[in-house]
Amino acid sequence: MAAVVASQGRHGRRTVWRLGVWIVAAILFAVLPSVFRSGAALTTMSLMGIMIVFALSYNMLLGQTGMLSFGHAVYYGLGGFLAVHAMNLVIGDKLPAPAIVVPLVGAVAGLLAGIVFGSVSTRRGGTAFAMISLGIGELVASSALILRSFFGGEEGITTNRAKLLRLFDWNFGPQIQVYYLIAGWCLVCMMAMYALSRTPFGRMCNAVRDNPERAEFIGYNAGAVRFIAFCLAGGFAGIAGGLAAINFEIMNSVAVGAAQSGSVLLMTYIGGTGSFVGPVLGAMLITFLQVMLSDATDAWQLYFGLLFIAMVVFAPAGIAGILMKHAPLWRARVLHRVVPAYLLAAVPCLLGLAGVSLIIEMTYRLTVKANEGSAFRFLYQPVDAKSAVPWIVGLLFVAGGFWLFRRARPRVADALDEALAVARRKGWA
Amino acid sequence: MLELVIVSTLNGVLYGMLLFLMASGLTLIFSMMGVLNFAHASFYMLGAFFGFQLSHWLGFWPAFVIAPLAAGGIGALVERYGLRVVHRHGHVAELLFTFGLTFVVQELVQMVWGKLPVDYRVPPSLDFTAFTVFSTNYPAYKMFELATAIAIFLALLTALTRTRIGLIIQAALTHPNMVAMLGHNVPRIFMLVFGVGTGLAAVAGVIAGPALVTQSDMAALLGPILFVVVVVGGLGSLAGAFIASLLIGLVQTFAVASNASLAGLLGPIMPGAPAVVADLWNVTVAQVAPVMPYLLLVLILILRPVGLLGTRDT
Repeated sequence: MAAVVASQGRHGRRTVWRLGVWIVAAILFAVLPSVFRSGAALTTMSLMGIMIVFALSYNMLLGQTGMLSFGHAVYYGLGGFLAVHAMNLVIGDKLPAPAIVVPLVGAVAGLLAGIVFGSVSTRRGGTAFAMISLGIGELVASSALILRSFFGGEEGITTNRAKLLRLFDWNFGPQIQVYYLIAGWCLVCMMAMYALSRTPFGRMCNAVRDNPERAEFIGYNAGAVRFIAFCLAGGFAGIAGGLAAINFEIMNSVAVGAAQSGSVLLMTYIGGTGSFVGPVLGAMLITFLQVMLSDATDAWQLYFGLLFIAMVVFAPAGIAGILMKHAPLWRARVLHRVVPAYLLAAVPCLLGLAGVSLIIEMTYRLTVKANEGSAFRFLYQPVDAKSAVPWIVGLLFVAGGFWLFRRARPRVADALDEALAVARRKGWA
Repeated sequence: MLELVIVSTLNGVLYGMLLFLMASGLTLIFSMMGVLNFAHASFYMLGAFFGFQLSHWLGFWPAFVIAPLAAGGIGALVERYGLRVVHRHGHVAELLFTFGLTFVVQELVQMVWGKLPVDYRVPPSLDFTAFTVFSTNYPAYKMFELATAIAIFLALLTALTRTRIGLIIQAALTHPNMVAMLGHNVPRIFMLVFGVGTGLAAVAGVIAGPALVTQSDMAALLGPILFVVVVVGGLGSLAGAFIASLLIGLVQTFAVASNASLAGLLGPIMPGAPAVVADLWNVTVAQVAPVMPYLLLVLILILRPVGLLGTRDT
C-alpha cells in the first residue's frame, strides 16, 4: 500500500515536472528575442524553430519507428509550396485568412503526400525502405524542375506574407512577429509530437522499430503502423515547410531536394535519435553551425561531413545520448569526478581538430581560393600555405593529438566507469 | 529512324554496362554485409578524378590501371578502419557511415580539383571514328568503353563461378560462419570484396570520365540511379542488377533521343490543353528522361516489391 502511494506520488511529481518543462520552454521562447536582440540572431532563431519541427518529424520515422528516410524533404518542400500557393491565392482573392493558419495548409499537403508516397514505400522497412525513400525523393526533386508552373523552375515561387489578413495589430511583416508565429507553432508541434510518442500508437511504433515480427504476432500490422507514422511525420514536416514559406516568402526546388533531406538526417542523428530532446538539440546546433561556419570557412560542409562520421563512429546515440549517459552521475552528484579526465582528453582532441582544420584550410587556399593568395590568418596567426612550416605543424598536431588521445581514452573510460559505479551504489541508474 | 534506333541501342547498352560495372560491386557488397554502400558512386567519382590526374601525369594507359587500384585500395581501407568499426552499432549506423562518406568525398574532391569540370579528354590513341552508321560517326572510345565493361563483366563472372576464391566468396555470402569455421578469414574476404567492388566502380569512373563530364557533382547525380538499379533488379541479385542496368540504360538513352510529348501525341484529338496540366502536356519525353528511372522504381515496387529477380525480403 505504502509502495503504491509512493509510486503515485512519484508519478504525480513526474507529471508536474513534465508540465514544468513545457512552461519553461514557453517562457524561454518568449524571452529569447529580448536576450538576443540583433537581427541576425532573430533570423537564426526563427530558422531554428522551423528546423526543430522538421527534425522532430524526421525522428518520428528514424528514432521512433526505425525508418531511415533519405527523402523527408519531399513533405517539407511540398508543404512549403502548397503554403506559398495558398498565400498567393489568399492575397489574390482577398480571402480572410491570417498568416497564422498557413502552416495548416502545409500540414494537409504533407499529410496527403505522405499518404500517397507512404502507400508504396512503407510496406517494407529497413534498407528497402531507405532506398525507396531515396528514389521517391529523387523523383519529386527531378519532377520539380519539369513542372515549372507549380514549382516555379529555378527561381521558385515568391509571396508576400505582409499582405495576408491582419490579426489584431499584427500583419507578420516584421521578423519579430514571424519569430513569435514560428515559436508558437514550434511549441504546439513539439507538445503534439511528444504526446503522440506517449500514446499506445507511439509505443507500437517503438515495437515495430525493435522487432516487427513480434509486433505482428501481438496482432498489429507492422506495415500499417509504419504507414501511419509515415503520414503523420509527413504532416509535421509539412507544417515546418509552411513555416518556412512564411519565413522566407519564397520556395524553390532546393526545398524538396536531396541536400535538404540529408541536412535533416544530419541534424536528427547528431542530436540523437534515442530521445525526444535529441533532434531539438541537433536542429539548434546544426542551424547555428550552418550560420556561423558558412561565414567563417568555405569548407563548412566538409566539417559537417567529418562531424557526422565522427558521431556515427564514436557516439551513435548522438549528443542527447552522451548527455543521458551522464544524467545518473548528475543525480548522484558525482559528475565532478569525471571532469579531470575529460579535460585531459579535451586537450588532444582540440589539438587534433586544430591540425585537421589547419590542413583543410591550407589546402583550400592552394586550390579553390588560389587567386586570393596563399597567406591567411588561422586562429589569429598569420599562415602562409606555400611554406612548409605550417604543414609540418598541422601534421604534428594531428599525429600528436591522435597519439595523446589514444593514451587518454582509457583514463576517461575508467573515470566514467568508476563514477557510474558510485551512482549505481547510490541508487541512480 | 533506323539510324536513331541503332545508335541509341549502342549508347543504351554502353550506359547500361557502365551502370552494371558499379551495380555489380554494390550488389556483392550488399549480399555480403547486408549494407548498401551509399558511397559507391563516390568511388566512381574518385576513379574519374584519379584517372584524370594520373593520365595528366603518366598518360591514359597507366592511369587506366593505377586509378582503379588506388580507389579500390581506399575502399578496402574504408572497410577495414571504418565500416568494420561501425558494424557493432548495426546496419543503420553502417549505412549512415557511408552516407557521411559521400559528403566528405565530394567536399574533398571539390577541395582538390575545384567545383568546375576538369579537362579529362579521350586519349589520342582512341580518338578516332570506329564506324559510321548511315551518317552518324560512332567514336572508337565508346567501343573501347563497351569492350572494357563487357570484358570485366565476363572476368567477374568467371572468377565468381569458376575459381576457388569465387566459390569461397559465394559461400561467405550465405554462410559466413561456416566459411569461417573452415578456416577462411571471412573479415579479410569482406575487405577484399569491398575493395574489388569499389575498384570496379572506379574503373567505370576512369572510362566514363572522358565521355561524360568529370565534375564534383557526378557522384551525387549518379548515386541515386545506382540504387534504383539495385532495387529494381532485386536487392542482392547479380543477374537482376544486370537486367536492371541494361533496362535503365536503354530507357534513359531512348527517352533522351525522343521529343514526343502529350501535346504532340494527343494534339489532333484534343487541341488546346487544359491550363492545369499545361506543364505535363508540353513536356517532351527527353525532358522526362531524368525522372524515368525513379518512375520505373515506383512502378516495380507496386507491381513486384522484391524487385525483378529479388528473392529476399529485407
